[in-house]
Amino acid sequence: MLVSVYRYNPETDDAPYMQDVHIDIPGGKDIMVLDLLQLLKEKDTTMTFRRSCREGVCGSDGMNMNGKNGLACITPLSAVVEKDKLVLRPLPGLPVVRDLVVDMSQFYKQYEKIKPYLMNDTPAPAIERLQSPEDRAELDGLYECILCACCSTACPSFWWNPDKFIGPSGLLQAYRFLADTRDTATEQRLAELDDPFSVFRCHGIMNCVNVCPKGLNPTKAIGKIRNMLIQRAT
Amino acid sequence: MVTSITNFGRSGLYDWMMQRVTAVVLMAYTVFIIGYLLFSSDLTYAQWSALFENTFMRLFTLLAILSMAAHAWIGLWSVSTDYIKPTGIRFVFQSVCGLLAFVYVVWGIQILWGL
Ligand code: SF4
Ligand code: SF4
Ligand code: FES
Repeated sequence: MLVSVYRYNPETDDAPYMQDVHIDIPGGKDIMVLDLLQLLKEKDTTMTFRRSCREGVCGSDGMNMNGKNGLACITPLSAVVEKDKLVLRPLPGLPVVRDLVVDMSQFYKQYEKIKPYLMNDTPAPAIERLQSPEDRAELDGLYECILCACCSTACPSFWWNPDKFIGPSGLLQAYRFLADTRDTATEQRLAELDDPFSVFRCHGIMNCVNVCPKGLNPTKAIGKIRNMLIQRAT
Repeated sequence: MVTSITNFGRSGLYDWMMQRVTAVVLMAYTVFIIGYLLFSSDLTYAQWSALFENTFMRLFTLLAILSMAAHAWIGLWSVSTDYIKPTGIRFVFQSVCGLLAFVYVVWGIQILWGL
């Protein structure tokens, strides 16, 4: 099959380019895209990409495969290859460090902004703060996010304003703490989000939902934040 | 909190709400006008002019014009902050949009009340 992969080494290349590599998959098996990258790296050791867990848990190997963001380690070739061809690019919209490795600073900055930790101003109890199973269930579909950035880098609003729009990933996490009964900073959190960019740049295109490898729904979480903002202000 | 001074209202929520409310007004106005035109196929100038003599119609039209100005402002402001990165050019674009909106409102009032 033909793999067309984005290559860029800022130390030696003037500009990024696409490198075409013909490769035979051993045994014609349906391997994961990450395994394919490993084969590429055996041929050419300068090929650079991130990966760690190789089982969809760490979120290191988010990339754009035939136009769609996803985790290379849990994406089988059969799911993305079209006409025996696969185009691999780094996640769109973030600065490229080298080949498929992007600089995630902007993404993490947005995450940091939403204060991704419990804030509680009541005295700490002797044991941990308990939640009822129902309250805990509110966090399902939120806490599973692995911060792979597949969603935010698929979002046009994040491409245009990565410094001002929190992005689907950060907003999913923002709602994760707004929905947590142990957090008492709801008012402060909402006040921080009530500007024209942080939340309201979301136009509900749902690219984020379309790509999330963990099957999460940032658009729904954003809708809930908006409802909380409306309730707070009416 | 991202600061912003050129958007329509005081907050993102306000802009968002305004965009929805003005959309509903514009929708109602459009449906009304289309309905009116459909049900009066042999419309004469006298009838058309009489329709706009009506105070209710004048106020409804004024509301639609104001809604359009606000709606266009919020929408174009949003587009300009997405696509026009140099602050100077963006500010000029926003100023032109604001001025146009103002002119349309004044012009609309002038036509409606025959000033
Ligand atoms: S739904 Fe909102 S956050 Fe998700 S991709 Fe679209 S604009 Fe971005
Ligand atoms: S919401 Fe999904 S796509 Fe976005 S960062 Fe979290 S796991 Fe990745
Ligand atoms: S290598 Fe950890 S998510 Fe793919």
